[in-house]
Amino acid sequence: MYLYSLTLQQATGIVCAINGNFSGGKTQEIAVARGKILDLLRPDENGKIQTIHSVEVFGAIRSLAQFRLTGAQKDYIVVGSDSGRIVILEYNKEKNVFDKVHQETFGKSGCRRIVPGQYVAVDPKGRAVMIGACEKQKLVYVLNRDTTARLTISSPLEAHKSHTICYSLCGVDCGFDNPIFAAIELDYSEADQDPTGQAASEAQKHLTFYELDLGLNHVSRKWSNPVDNGANMLVTVPGGADGPSGVLVCAENFVIYMNQGHPDVRAVIPRRTDLPAERGVLVVSAAVHKQKTMFFFLIQTEYGDVFKVTLDHNGDHVSELKVKYFDTIPVASSICVLKLGFLFSASEFGNHGLYQFQAIGEEPDVESSSSNLMETEEGFQPVFFQPRRLKNLVRIDQVESLMPLMDMKVLNIFEEETPQIFSLCGRGPRSSLRILRPGLAITEMAVSQLPGQPSAVWTVKKNVSDEFDAYIVVSFTNATLVLSIGEQVEEVNDSGFLDTTPSLAVSLIGDDSLMQVHPNGIRHIREDGRINEWRTPGKRSIVKVGYNRLQVVIALSGGELIYFEADMTGQLMEVEKHEMSGDVACLDIAPVPEGRKRSRFLAVGSYDNTVRILSLDPDDCLQILSVQSVSSAPESLLFLEVQASIGGDDGADHPANLFLNSGLQNGVLFRTVVDMVTGQLSDSRSRFLGLKPPKLFSISVRGRSAMLCLSSRPWLGYIHRGHFHLTPLSYETLEFAAPFSSDQCAEGVVSVAGDALRIFMIDRLGETFNETVVPLRYTPRKFVLHPKRKLLVIIESDQGAFTAEEREAARKECFEAGGVGENGNGNADQMENGADDEDKEDPLSDEQYGYPKAESEKWVSCIRVLDPKTATTTCLLELQDNEAAYSVCTVNFHDKEYGTLLAVGTVKGMQFWPKKNLVAGFIHIYRFVEDGKSLELLHKTQVEGVPLALCQFQGRLLAGIGPVLRLYDLGKKRLLRKCENKLFPNTIISIQTYRDRIYVGDIQESFHYCKYRRDENQLYIFADDCVPRWLTASHHVDFDTMAGADKFGNVYFVRLPQDLSEEIEEDPTGGKIKWEQGKLNGAPNKVDEIVQFHVGDVVTCLQKASMIPGGSESIMYGTVMGSIGALHAFTSRDDVDFFSHLEMHMRQEYPPLCGRDHMAYRSAYFPVKDVIDGDLCEQFPTLPMDLQRKIADELDRTPAEILKKLEDARNKII
Amino acid sequence: MQASDRFNINSQLEHLQAKYVGTGHADLSRFEWTVNIQRDSYASYIGHYPMLSYFAIAENESIGRERYNFMQKMLLPCGLPPEREDE
Repeated sequence: MYLYSLTLQQATGIVCAINGNFSGGKTQEIAVARGKILDLLRPDENGKIQTIHSVEVFGAIRSLAQFRLTGAQKDYIVVGSDSGRIVILEYNKEKNVFDKVHQETFGKSGCRRIVPGQYVAVDPKGRAVMIGACEKQKLVYVLNRDTTARLTISSPLEAHKSHTICYSLCGVDCGFDNPIFAAIELDYSEADQDPTGQAASEAQKHLTFYELDLGLNHVSRKWSNPVDNGANMLVTVPGGADGPSGVLVCAENFVIYMNQGHPDVRAVIPRRTDLPAERGVLVVSAAVHKQKTMFFFLIQTEYGDVFKVTLDHNGDHVSELKVKYFDTIPVASSICVLKLGFLFSASEFGNHGLYQFQAIGEEPDVESSSSNLMETEEGFQPVFFQPRRLKNLVRIDQVESLMPLMDMKVLNIFEEETPQIFSLCGRGPRSSLRILRPGLAITEMAVSQLPGQPSAVWTVKKNVSDEFDAYIVVSFTNATLVLSIGEQVEEVNDSGFLDTTPSLAVSLIGDDSLMQVHPNGIRHIREDGRINEWRTPGKRSIVKVGYNRLQVVIALSGGELIYFEADMTGQLMEVEKHEMSGDVACLDIAPVPEGRKRSRFLAVGSYDNTVRILSLDPDDCLQILSVQSVSSAPESLLFLEVQASIGGDDGADHPANLFLNSGLQNGVLFRTVVDMVTGQLSDSRSRFLGLKPPKLFSISVRGRSAMLCLSSRPWLGYIHRGHFHLTPLSYETLEFAAPFSSDQCAEGVVSVAGDALRIFMIDRLGETFNETVVPLRYTPRKFVLHPKRKLLVIIESDQGAFTAEEREAARKECFEAGGVGENGNGNADQMENGADDEDKEDPLSDEQYGYPKAESEKWVSCIRVLDPKTATTTCLLELQDNEAAYSVCTVNFHDKEYGTLLAVGTVKGMQFWPKKNLVAGFIHIYRFVEDGKSLELLHKTQVEGVPLALCQFQGRLLAGIGPVLRLYDLGKKRLLRKCENKLFPNTIISIQTYRDRIYVGDIQESFHYCKYRRDENQLYIFADDCVPRWLTASHHVDFDTMAGADKFGNVYFVRLPQDLSEEIEEDPTGGKIKWEQGKLNGAPNKVDEIVQFHVGDVVTCLQKASMIPGGSESIMYGTVMGSIGALHAFTSRDDVDFFSHLEMHMRQEYPPLCGRDHMAYRSAYFPVKDVIDGDLCEQFPTLPMDLQRKIADELDRTPAEILKKLEDARNKII
Repeated sequence: MQASDRFNINSQLEHLQAKYVGTGHADLSRFEWTVNIQRDSYASYIGHYPMLSYFAIAENESIGRERYNFMQKMLLPCGLPPEREDE
């Protein structure tokens, strides 16, 4: 079995983000690392985040930093990754790619303890960069310019110190003196040697300054000073002319200003009033904002509160450090302050936000300062505050993030054409169920009912130079309705259009006149109101029409074509006639090329399953240039012209191309390339779109021509970043559509469906899925589908949180306190806030502030029944007494008394640390009542361990309780033990069954294949895996095969060899005799690993599903970082050969951007086996043309054929 | 030191031990070995962001706090060293 791996939805979580002017000039961009993806984002003028560029680097990006050479206008990016190399990237605006400027190898690849890459720090003046590891190693590279102003990089200078852990690294701004880097270090050598523990308790963190002597080309430890033992992060303080220099040390509960030869200035970080006393406050992200005259820092704590830190300084002397409460936003992995007054917050979990500054915290608020720091016997006096709603920031945009994707199922609950992906995302109060549908999201602008069933719709401008459309013309079976577009859309009668007949086409002709084609003729309405009418000869009527701004071709019944052209005066002149062999099915004329008088090509589709290209040139007018036979009669034709691109914002460069698209009656869209000179057709591709014959319309998206295909659902064909995408729109079936442009909606689409006129806009391009969000209460863990009622049962649980009642009580209390202004330091301002807050519906939404923290042994959990169709929760059971739900399954016991029951495995008082401990485990059995909408507890059975896996098996319930696999039957008062096997190595986390086989996944030891013998009532293991795998997800593929994913980011398949499987099935004892001969505690038989692939992200769910109707199934996976991917089995040996060769050439010719070897990355833990990386293959179109041709030559194909293969492979999956 | 000494197995080992933290030797104690493994593991958790997030979800802490906790644990990953038996 060979698999093709393809990422369907790229990771949406963010590891780190930096901001800078990467494209040069004034615009600020944000570079974000999403694990193995590097993205460049930019807020556009409407304050929406746009992705400018995205590249998969096949390596783990761990840190980013930006720097600028003195006097330059452009920032470079330094990437610290797992490649053992330092990589410096420059964004190339013209080509829209990242250029690798430098790549220097310094160590082994992989995320290792002493190989640098975890931290990157740059000198603020851009003269040097330091790259550090968790322990020991730090390397400094000197950056400079050569005579042609190109960036140069020196050989590395070592600043190692062994037995030293490094917590954070930053550059120190010391103007143009020698560059200095600061590090928080901890020496552990003595603690390792001292059995009394004294050395360990005395271990002291140090702030160390490393100075790079540019003259001597040498790095020395310049200064080392003890620092607070809770220190975890450093922030550069502006120096030189801008500030006092030095660093801010963020420590647990404190912010400390430190510099060489300067006394420490310390201030406490204010605490939330409801925070348990034993918990510290840790800073997790920070940003600095620098203007000409002032600077300040924003630091965010682990609870999401943002504080503004300011320094009062006089020259180099800092007299006071103030920490003032700013606002509370969801916890971020990085925050970036942009010059335009935006704050980008890359959330740890859940959607990322773009905020605009309303104020910069000048107003009085809770503040702690170094000057009123009080030291008491128990330490420093804390300062308290109460979070309030946003005052200084306002959110203007958010970027969806699925991180963390906890569970996922592909189901077709809504009975749509394609299945939906139901995914459990987020954590704590920001958790949600997201329903993903493949396709682009649209925004509906207006829906209005029309009298009768419209058959077609067009929009026209009055003049070619107009920006917006003037009329919407709707045709019915016997009439035409004209609507004028203005402040309102209303019916008009003075347009000159004939309203007593249906229309076939309405368009602008020449510069300023309008044309209406109806079955009996062509009505030409001149700008001054004169009307010219051309009538069809005899009794013949017009059946089809093709037109552009200057040319019209009509087809009469019987198959005669008549060609008109608009002359210099705007008059429509008949040019040529041509008799076709039979009736014409459809027509289209290519748009008039820029600067020409006419387009050269006419396409005619006939009912004999052919499409012909005819010439419209005067010298060979209506002569057939080429013929293409198609699989079914064409229904609609459309020329789509793709302008030449040399990259830029749109992406990869590609030459100009003309595509002929034909929608066939069997629902297939057929796309061929038309040679722009000869009209010859080549390179055809087809794709099934739906059950209805696709109708094709030309619209414009982002100023480029795109194609709308209306089959049983609408599709959009467009070019995005150099790729042609054909993507469904998440909208209902449409009959007819036209582009629409007005001052409210510059690029919309007007369409008819049923008896309604619909105007909509297409949102973000380039997305694979659009989502519908249903909020949840706690971190969702798992969910199951009630098979008959199509309801979802979700279990949610959170550690260290208060129950809903406790939270409600606490909130009331806090508002009472806030109302009388007694919280924190009793600020007068607080009173006002309290009053304001009550005006808002939800003054303190948990979504933004997070749940208050409780002790870590407290658990909250709930079981929810959710109707996905209405997105409503029909039943929500909150568990009591620190009980948390861990596993769920539906079960039908064989006595059938109750029908489908729900089994939920729970644990009371679970504790992970310092030792795993629990009070008791339970299995709850619930009965569905009220049509499955509600749950009723039947009984609760206590078990001795954590029931992490439940599964129905032969009318009984199988439960994995710690290392025990047990079979239960339903009793009146409790579950009854029937049979058990205690021979599992650690903890059972998954159980799947098929016939009499049971596939058990162990948390640490991969899969165990078991059998149940009913006659002897025995469960026994007959095969297991020889590789220790820390399973995170598993899925049963077939009788002998299991798919699994481990904690380290690998996906693998294991299979029981065919002969063994047969032997076991034929053996009357079921392989039991052999079982007794198992050695070293293992099973007698071993499964083979048949597939192995490193995804590079923790896979949390696996499922076998097909995303296209009638397509073959692939294995879909979801990951913690919020990406969704698929593994699709190849069906032919030729394809395997082709793709493995393409992959090989791609590896050689186009090594990954951040320096990690592709093969090594995919084999990070185990050698990759029988999986071809589609993500790498799909980078083929982004290669330069000559490289594409070179690879294509090696494969004996043309680049276009390779693109077609890639497109086909993708179309098989989604 | 003679030229040949540079190539004998012991000096090569010494070189490796100096260069790569965690390179073992014949007298490595169980404690030292475990400490190394643990520190390597923590460094790997910190380096692999998805894994760090996975732990953060399990413990319901922020990722930043989880990273800090792992760094802190690198000091004494296996508790105090055992009393050394005097040779």
